[in-house]
Amino acid sequence: MKYFSKIYIALVFLLLYIPILVLMLFSFNKTSNTGAFDGFSLYWYRELFRSPEAFNALKNTLILAVSTALISTVIGTVAAVGMVKMKSRVFRALLQSVTNIPMMNPEIVTGISMMLLFVAIGTFLGLADKLSFWTMLISHVTFCLPYVILSVLPRVRAMDKSIPEAAQDLGCTPVQSFFKVELPMIMPGIVSGMIMAFTLSLDDFVISYFTNGNDFQTLPLLIYSMTKKEVKPDIYALSTLMILAVTVLLILSNFSGSGDDIARRRHEKKLRRAEKAAKQTPANAGKH
Amino acid sequence: MKKKLSAGAAVASPHIVWTVLFIVAPLLFVIYYAFTSPEGGFTLDNILGLTEYADIFRTSIEMSVIATFVCFLVGYPLAYFMARSTERQKKIYMILLMLPMWTNLLIRTYSMMAILDDGGFLNSILLAMDMAPVHIVGTKGAVIFGIVYDFFPYMVLPIYTTISKIDRRLIEAANDLGCNNAQVMLRVILPLSKAGIVSGITMVFVPSISTFYISQKLGGGTFELIGDTIERQFQSYSTYNIGAAISLVMMLLILLSLAVMNRFSDGEETRPIKR
Repeated sequence: MKYFSKIYIALVFLLLYIPILVLMLFSFNKTSNTGAFDGFSLYWYRELFRSPEAFNALKNTLILAVSTALISTVIGTVAAVGMVKMKSRVFRALLQSVTNIPMMNPEIVTGISMMLLFVAIGTFLGLADKLSFWTMLISHVTFCLPYVILSVLPRVRAMDKSIPEAAQDLGCTPVQSFFKVELPMIMPGIVSGMIMAFTLSLDDFVISYFTNGNDFQTLPLLIYSMTKKEVKPDIYALSTLMILAVTVLLILSNFSGSGDDIARRRHEKKLRRAEKAAKQTPANAGKH
Repeated sequence: MKKKLSAGAAVASPHIVWTVLFIVAPLLFVIYYAFTSPEGGFTLDNILGLTEYADIFRTSIEMSVIATFVCFLVGYPLAYFMARSTERQKKIYMILLMLPMWTNLLIRTYSMMAILDDGGFLNSILLAMDMAPVHIVGTKGAVIFGIVYDFFPYMVLPIYTTISKIDRRLIEAANDLGCNNAQVMLRVILPLSKAGIVSGITMVFVPSISTFYISQKLGGGTFELIGDTIERQFQSYSTYNIGAAISLVMMLLILLSLAVMNRFSDGEETRPIKR
């Protein structure tokens, strides 16, 4: 039984990884043959680095992901704080379920619904390019918002409400108590929400596909347009680089622990140092 | 009413405005387009005309149900074995499971196609071994296989999480009271992991019924799923009204099946607690 479970796990993971490994192998192929390996070469990587398209797409992807993460984190955090303060339960429940729609709905429906809205607005305003960077940004923020709220909301709920109240009793304005007291307490939720929004935006293809303008191409969109053409290993090279980047990120985030963990460990270190210092001071004082 | 909401609603107002503008309004547009003609008058033709797509709906549902079921059959034992591993192994397995989730879906689908294609890796190995090449890309099986491959981790992860949280004492108690391993599995672990199973099924079924990239690549252009039909209405033909009608019906179908499934699982879950 013990062996069986080990073999089963190994087999399933092997199946899961074969395609990715084969793709990586063939990114180093000398020819454009995708069936047989003709010899090692970095030709396709050179080809990739020579194309300005890929760099442009990388830059666009990062711009979009960073802006999405920032905007959705700000709106989502404020929304989570507000939601907890809401007195009407019905309204809060309604708002929360509407917010979650992009998370539950198939991506393609979110994509086309946004497209319909933007095309209608664009037609109304008489714009030539109805879809652009801005429509993409709005769509990305919209589908990231529920994830941000989901990661901030539990933190706000778990917070002891008497602490911001105490701050206000001691003379803080509500705004001051929010920034100085509440915000630091819910920070771990905010950070994990922001990371989530960043990676979701980075990875998104379907919603971008329906809301992108001609002048703004992201990496997933570039891969899509590349795969529409003939099979060429330059996509393999690009994909290999992307998988490697993801692997590094994933291993880093797993072995360094979450941001929460790092903060806690740092805090513990400081505490221990303080304790040591406290122990040493009287001893040192005695020696002198 | 206004006073009741004021404090919280005022703080959440940017989000409320955003939600109304970019979640509610777009969905209203879908409904509007579904019930109007391109000229703008009210019509039921788009919805009634969907009978033309009945076959596509049937194939899509059939394929995504099969794919979800295969994911469950293969994924449940994996999640179970993973949950019983040591902490160190768990950490490694988690990374192995998360990596494909973090890798772009297009890349994974494309890598699958590169293997299964007629001139691909698999066939060149078969040829080297003096075996007849197989034609896979373009068949129903290839599309189902692709869906399973792409969404498999989304089935395993929630099930693994719920099984990990099961109190070991419950399993020991069942053993003490005379259950054999199969009975422990069927009567204790499986019912207790129902929540994970339901969310795993949801996370696989919803994207697989609405996919269009997988069927485009692995279906070799011969297969049309609901996702492909919608994509074509919007990106190739600009027949927004029909596309909106198909999307609306698909959305309602999914919501309905999720509601039925949640109801079913809730009922099962609350019963032992009430006793």
